[in-house]
Amino acid sequence: MTPEEEKEFLRRRKARNLVVAGTLLFFVILFYAITMVRIGGQG
Amino acid sequence: MASTAPQTAATMPTEWRDFFTLTKPRVMTLVIFTAICGVLAAPGSIHPVIGFTAILAIAMGAGGSAVLNQWWEADIDAGMKRTMNRPLPGGRMRREDARDFGIFLSGVSIVLMGLAVGWLAAALLLGAIIYYAVIYTMWLKPRTPQNIVIGGGAGAFPPLIGWVAVTGEITAMPILLFAIIFFWTPPHFWALALFVQSDYAKVGIPMLPVVAGEKATRNQIMLYTLVLAPIAIAPWAIGGTSWIYGSVAVVLSALFVVLAMPVFTRMRAEVDAMTPEKTLFKFSIVYLFVLFAALVADRVAAYQGWIA
Repeated sequence: MTPEEEKEFLRRRKARNLVVAGTLLFFVILFYAITMVRIGGQG
Repeated sequence: MASTAPQTAATMPTEWRDFFTLTKPRVMTLVIFTAICGVLAAPGSIHPVIGFTAILAIAMGAGGSAVLNQWWEADIDAGMKRTMNRPLPGGRMRREDARDFGIFLSGVSIVLMGLAVGWLAAALLLGAIIYYAVIYTMWLKPRTPQNIVIGGGAGAFPPLIGWVAVTGEITAMPILLFAIIFFWTPPHFWALALFVQSDYAKVGIPMLPVVAGEKATRNQIMLYTLVLAPIAIAPWAIGGTSWIYGSVAVVLSALFVVLAMPVFTRMRAEVDAMTPEKTLFKFSIVYLFVLFAALVADRVAAYQGWIA
């Protein structure tokens, strides 16, 4: 792998990791909200 | 069919945008719109968080089945100008990654729907995904020129599932919403297929204009347009909506028939801009958006007590 390719490799991996982290965080918040609604008996 | 994809993407991690593209975001806008309409038009109330989750689950299910569709059809997509730059035929992604992503997305969408909203809606979502990814994509699309009719069934699920997410039961109204999209799809898509005919012929998909000819396609467009009209008006006729939806449905359906008429009666000239076909295709998109928007406006007005 050339230095340019390695740089691109790391960039892509970092971008993907950020998207996965953001998605997971979103689902943590969503499931928290769903749980609150369900416990509240309004769902 | 699922064995000879380009494998050039093995060394670099796939861009996250390519995963996103694989879910067909543009198709998803219509899915989300009709699902929201189903949720809003259904009688009863749903907590906004649960309603949002239902729409999200439907969108994820649609995305997952779109991914599985492209995983299966990568070779076909590679042969068509419109689709050759998709992530798989473009060689930007491993085929197995697409398959796994599609299965994962579909699975999560069903579990999410079941846990947060209800298992009837989740079962319908599972049915919709299997219908599109397996029955349509793998089985019937390459085998019958009525493939578009069958594919329309997949697109017809979102408002039905959205409605059931609210009510928890299947009644005449959500089935009518299903039927509207089901019978709308053939004239919508065959109008498109008439002016992109050569592409489908090249990859051997038995699209109606290719196997049955242009005249048969024009006849079928007219036939389905005529069947669509009473079905679009039916929610009003059975008392499920008021005159607001009824009048919009009558006007739109009449326009649809008027615009389908020249497509039905004429034949392609040697040099032809295919204007009536393009007009019908564009109108069909407006038709569905306005019809469903009218349904929501009608029901919201009724629930708010603004109309009788």
